Amino acid sequence: MGEKKPQWKRNQIFHRKGIVFFFLAAAVLLLVMGGRLAYLMIFQSEYYMEKAEDLHERERTIKAARGEIYDANGTLIAANRTVCTVSVIHNQITDPDLVVEVLAEQLDMDPEKIRESVEKYTSREVIRTNVDKEIGDAIRAYHLDGVKVDEDYKRYYPFGSLASKVLGFTGSDNQGIIGLEVQYESTLKGIDGKILTMTDATGVELDAMAEERIEPIPGNNLVLSLDMNIQQYAQQAAETVMEEKNARAVSITIMNPNNGEIMAMVSVPEFDLNDPFTLNTETQGELTNEETQELLNQMWRNPCISDTYEPGSIFKIVTATAALEEGTVSLDDTFYCPGYKLVGDRRIRCHKTTGHGSETFIQGVMNSCNPVFIEVGQSLGAERFYGYFQTMGLMEKTGVDLPGEASGIMHELDNIGEVELATMSFGQSFQVTPLQLLTAASMVVNGGTKVTPHFGVEVVSADGSAVRRLEYETQENVISEATCENMKMILEKVVSEGGGSNAYIEGYRIGGKTATSETLPRGTGKYIAAFLGFAPADDPQVIALITISEPEGVYYGGTIAAPVIRDIFENILPYLGIYPEYSGEG
Amino acid sequence: MGENRTKKRKEKRFYDYSLLAVIIFLCVFGLIMIYSSSSYSAELTTGNSMYYMTRQGMILCGGFVAMIVVSKMDYHWYAKLAWLAYIAAIVMMILTNFTPLGRAFNGQKRWLGVTETLSFQPAEFVKIALILTLATFINRIGRGIDTFRGLALAVILTLPPFILVGMNNLSSGIIIAGIAFLMCFVGSKKKGIYIFAVGLVLAAAFFVVQYGDKLVEWNILEPYQLERIYVWQDPEAYSQYGGYQVLQGLYAIGSGGLFGRGLGESIQKLGFLPEAENDMVFSVICEELGLFGAVCVILLFLFMIWRFMIIANNAPDLLGALIVVGVMAHISIQVILNIAVVTNSIPNTGITLPFISYGGTSILFLMAEMGMVLGVSNRITLEH
Repeated sequence: MGEKKPQWKRNQIFHRKGIVFFFLAAAVLLLVMGGRLAYLMIFQSEYYMEKAEDLHERERTIKAARGEIYDANGTLIAANRTVCTVSVIHNQITDPDLVVEVLAEQLDMDPEKIRESVEKYTSREVIRTNVDKEIGDAIRAYHLDGVKVDEDYKRYYPFGSLASKVLGFTGSDNQGIIGLEVQYESTLKGIDGKILTMTDATGVELDAMAEERIEPIPGNNLVLSLDMNIQQYAQQAAETVMEEKNARAVSITIMNPNNGEIMAMVSVPEFDLNDPFTLNTETQGELTNEETQELLNQMWRNPCISDTYEPGSIFKIVTATAALEEGTVSLDDTFYCPGYKLVGDRRIRCHKTTGHGSETFIQGVMNSCNPVFIEVGQSLGAERFYGYFQTMGLMEKTGVDLPGEASGIMHELDNIGEVELATMSFGQSFQVTPLQLLTAASMVVNGGTKVTPHFGVEVVSADGSAVRRLEYETQENVISEATCENMKMILEKVVSEGGGSNAYIEGYRIGGKTATSETLPRGTGKYIAAFLGFAPADDPQVIALITISEPEGVYYGGTIAAPVIRDIFENILPYLGIYPEYSGEG
Repeated sequence: MGENRTKKRKEKRFYDYSLLAVIIFLCVFGLIMIYSSSSYSAELTTGNSMYYMTRQGMILCGGFVAMIVVSKMDYHWYAKLAWLAYIAAIVMMILTNFTPLGRAFNGQKRWLGVTETLSFQPAEFVKIALILTLATFINRIGRGIDTFRGLALAVILTLPPFILVGMNNLSSGIIIAGIAFLMCFVGSKKKGIYIFAVGLVLAAAFFVVQYGDKLVEWNILEPYQLERIYVWQDPEAYSQYGGYQVLQGLYAIGSGGLFGRGLGESIQKLGFLPEAENDMVFSVICEELGLFGAVCVILLFLFMIWRFMIIANNAPDLLGALIVVGVMAHISIQVILNIAVVTNSIPNTGITLPFISYGGTSILFLMAEMGMVLGVSNRITLEH
């Protein structure tokens, strides 16, 4: 080379060495880059991928409207209110200062906090949820770039505290927390729709990426047997007596004994369903979270189904029914009450310490005479008596459509000795829930049919096109018709002539039974006054049970509980289309 | 190619077809990646998703013709015109930097021209001019490059274009310095001083990273440059200060995994990743084709550089070898720096990926350079 023109120098060995060295250096650096890539794309891949996904994906949920709840009259008792979620999308914001200013003012929030969110490099930053629709609309009216106002549903209870422990409420995610809202969660919930999209940097959804849109299916509406008028009246009555007697709590359950439809279930103090996380009682000092939660749980608790107590004299209905059904006693059998009865080595007193003297069985029930029932119980024997606990549903949960139902506390059959049998026969030494007792009594007055107490009557699709009646288990002829007739007659006498006379309403045939039981543990001087009433006595359409916990002063069920039921019946019987008849001996 | 005016025996001339194949492959691949990475933003801004690809494709066609033409020319002939190109480059840079003919996009005056479409980046021309100039110069002084005077002259030749380009475009300045350095390195027999220089640069870099805040206080370093160092060290913490682009690039790369999302499936290119079709195109490659695709691209470049080495080593004379070394330096520096930037291995500086990144001027002059290399390969006689 270079022979033509000498000015072209030869490419010498050291040149070539330099070139090779240069190539090797470049090759090494390229391989280092490859290694760096491998590190990023294998070991760091997951990390960056996740970050990228966060950035791209918008899964927008289209909230399904939760099903509404209606009472027996078709009154809306659990509704949905539209609320807004305000969020910002960093990339779309054109005027951050204005955004901060407007949001701070409208939402009454710290501007610094909003600024933090506005300046954050995230796909979407939620500023606030559960914003009132008016405020949401106001913010929307500014047409601020990058500010999103999404509508959402929030549960709203027009009746506030009415039937709070029955209805229950929902949490921030619109999921039932207690009560019917939990029980019928799957019915009410509906299925959220979804828009799955990938977006570009400005948050614009990408048409190219298959947008998946799943329409929401609104939840089904629920129609209850609950009647808000009755509920309202019962709640007022309960509140009045609670205040008068300075009681700890008052519960009233009103049911149709023929089918188990519950018309009202009151447990005062109730709480505000629209503000369920605020305690309804005064608290002392600072509470820890746990303590607060404990108190809230206490407040939400529905004693009608979740608390057990000694039913006392009302239980004599069951004892009497069992004995009549088994034929171990007949209506005209006579008993003698000296004011006490010796059972084994124990002397069990009658509430009338002077004794009722000679009395028939009917009179014994009317007098609520303990010695009579001890003998009746003895005539049945532990085994047969125990059997009636079972047939009358006292050994199992009632199956009411509410969460958190308790079952009774009962002796083992083997452990029932003389004393236990004696105390059981007048409703002591075991515990049931008020609803269990009411259900058992319903069976007695409805002609022997075991019903399942319930609230839910119908499930109706959101557009009203499909209706499904809810079915509940019933068991007919558990007790014979004759026994039932006798029991109704006796219990009517309790009200018309006996200890339940305070429940008597002129022109109505009311049946009932009073009870006064000591709270457990005994000896605290605290009582539960109770009354169970039903009407009309010959063809019961309504049965009600009131328990007044820890009243002050007079604590006899016949004195303080029976008048409340009378008061309620007086008002709701005409409302239910049952009018007084003055013709007879009235 | 074979039938030339041969005086003595039949001379069989070489033409590096494998290099040509790689060039064509990279260009076509580049077009596909430009379409993939730019179609979304092109659609949004111009209404034509093929806007960038069409532009690039047209320039590429012209560039391809230029490459073939140049490859058929005798490099000895145009090397004589190197001084002209050198002066033209200096003039262009002066016009760009100091006259209204210089146009600024994105705040930096890097363009020369009258309208937006009729303008180009003279820095790209400067590179090619410098390669020719230095090749001619080193060829002329031969071993003189080992003397202080020779080296000083080479430095003096390099300084004006380096300063003029570096004023508005530090990364191109670095490339120019790197090209000059490597050409001198290859031309010299005494390599010690070059290794010392590399050590010096590394030490300086270390010093800058370590005491950047002091350097800013002493006004040696611009605050934005210090920010870039911070961003490089922890892009997530400094995402507000320019770490955004780096971070988005990393998201794209990390999302790729082994085999990527598939061609055209990048999501980061949808406005998240700034300059997706430009400086950051390699991260889109990573996202769409995965580690596999990215390594393939790296290997292609490695193959190309290897072909350069083969051609340079077999070049008929030092001039040809040095021309090829200049081009080799240009390509390898740009490839390495670009990948280093997108993988956040070095602080961010705007460097495009040869053949693949969008850029009309760049691709045009790259093709011319390829023509030069192919031309040198064509001067190699096989009977030897």
